[in-house]
Amino acid sequence: MTIAIIDYGSGNLRSAQKAFERVASELSLTSEVILTAQATDVAAADYIVLPGVGAFADCAAGLAALDGMTDALSEAVLDGGKPFLGICVGMQLLATTGHERVVTSGLNWLPGQVQKLDVDSATHKIPHMGWNMLDVVNGHKVLEGLEGEAVYFVHSFAFCPDDENNCLATTTHGASFAATVGRDNIIGTQFHPEKSQHVGLRLIKNFLEWRP
Amino acid sequence: MLKTRIIPCLDVKDGRVVKGVNFVDLVDAGDPVEAARAYDAAGADELCFLDITASHERRSILLDVVRSTAEQCFMPLTVGGGVRTPQDVRELLLAGADKVSFNTTAVKDPDVVAVSAQKFGSQCIVVAIDAKQTDEERWEIFTHGGREATGIEAVGFAQEMVARGAGEILLTSMDRDGTRAGFDLALTRRLADAVPVPVIASGGVGHPEHFVSGVVEGHASAVLAASIFHFGDFTISEAKQIMQSAGIEVRL
Repeated sequence: MTIAIIDYGSGNLRSAQKAFERVASELSLTSEVILTAQATDVAAADYIVLPGVGAFADCAAGLAALDGMTDALSEAVLDGGKPFLGICVGMQLLATTGHERVVTSGLNWLPGQVQKLDVDSATHKIPHMGWNMLDVVNGHKVLEGLEGEAVYFVHSFAFCPDDENNCLATTTHGASFAATVGRDNIIGTQFHPEKSQHVGLRLIKNFLEWRP
Repeated sequence: MLKTRIIPCLDVKDGRVVKGVNFVDLVDAGDPVEAARAYDAAGADELCFLDITASHERRSILLDVVRSTAEQCFMPLTVGGGVRTPQDVRELLLAGADKVSFNTTAVKDPDVVAVSAQKFGSQCIVVAIDAKQTDEERWEIFTHGGREATGIEAVGFAQEMVARGAGEILLTSMDRDGTRAGFDLALTRRLADAVPVPVIASGGVGHPEHFVSGVVEGHASAVLAASIFHFGDFTISEAKQIMQSAGIEVRL
């Protein structure tokens, strides 16, 4: 099977690729993990991963700049039902609108807004950077074994889904916010599974075993 | 609740760990990738590589080290030392670093911090501040490993760096560095309270109790140390247990 990690010029994809290769090898999957900017690769892939670091608007523009990519993603994920994982800003891009620096449209696969973390700066540092605990609020195959575990976050904005059923796990830093969102064959994590040591690898394993 | 991070720091020169890492099961104590794997297994929350290679031409060696580490360690990695341009940041990020730290360049050419933060996001831009106390209530920035005075006041400089887009400050007390007498708590607290971003306390750790005071009294979000771990005085886990006993949230 093919796992396509979309490369739209957003930072470090190497760790994500290596983490998926590690898990695929542990699962004895005959698989190929590719970094790609080609819409045709997304159409041919079995699992799709959208990473992302940096600002929402830059990431949205980077993704939109890839020829045919947004359409290929919609066909593969919304029409084709392929398992999809968004990571960090790749998860935030699932929202309707991002409000980082400028107001930017997202993919709107999970209606909601991406807003600055609203916490008391005297007591809580922003960016929310480091290891924080997952509180699973809607059980999900991909989150199996992750309840109460610490995972690695680094972000200043958070995704507020309109439908609270689309919020699968939360974490707390001054306020509670979405750590994992999803519906149907779509899932997204605000944290970085590829940086969360064995807990993150467990999530990737769950994702690759998921048959939505 | 957010955990307080413990960050071991490895000084790397020409692709080798300076002074080595004294872990019993390490085959090659000078191999930074092997040391990184050991700290990954030991439960370090992040890793920091500080490149002290003198020659800029030999940067490719560091990039190889970062690449190999990122292939094998699925944990956050900060790389600093000799970072001068947005292109340097880009190369390190592509090699697998999660955060890149500016030091001397932040003082000499602060616009590079702003341009890099704009381009790659504040979350991956760290400014490392080396400060010495120059008066009762004043700490100043020193560059070039603490040899060159700049006359710049440290707390105001940190605030300016955050305004330019730094997402984290790595604060080293040059007075305490290497003394094992504990962090400069007055400096750490003053600076940590003055900026909205996380501050990593560094310089002077000789015992895990120093981590406790760095967090409780110094208000640091994370603590960095080198020799206390490298020489095997304490494991990461022992340090975390001492912190937890003191009521600090850590990841065990």
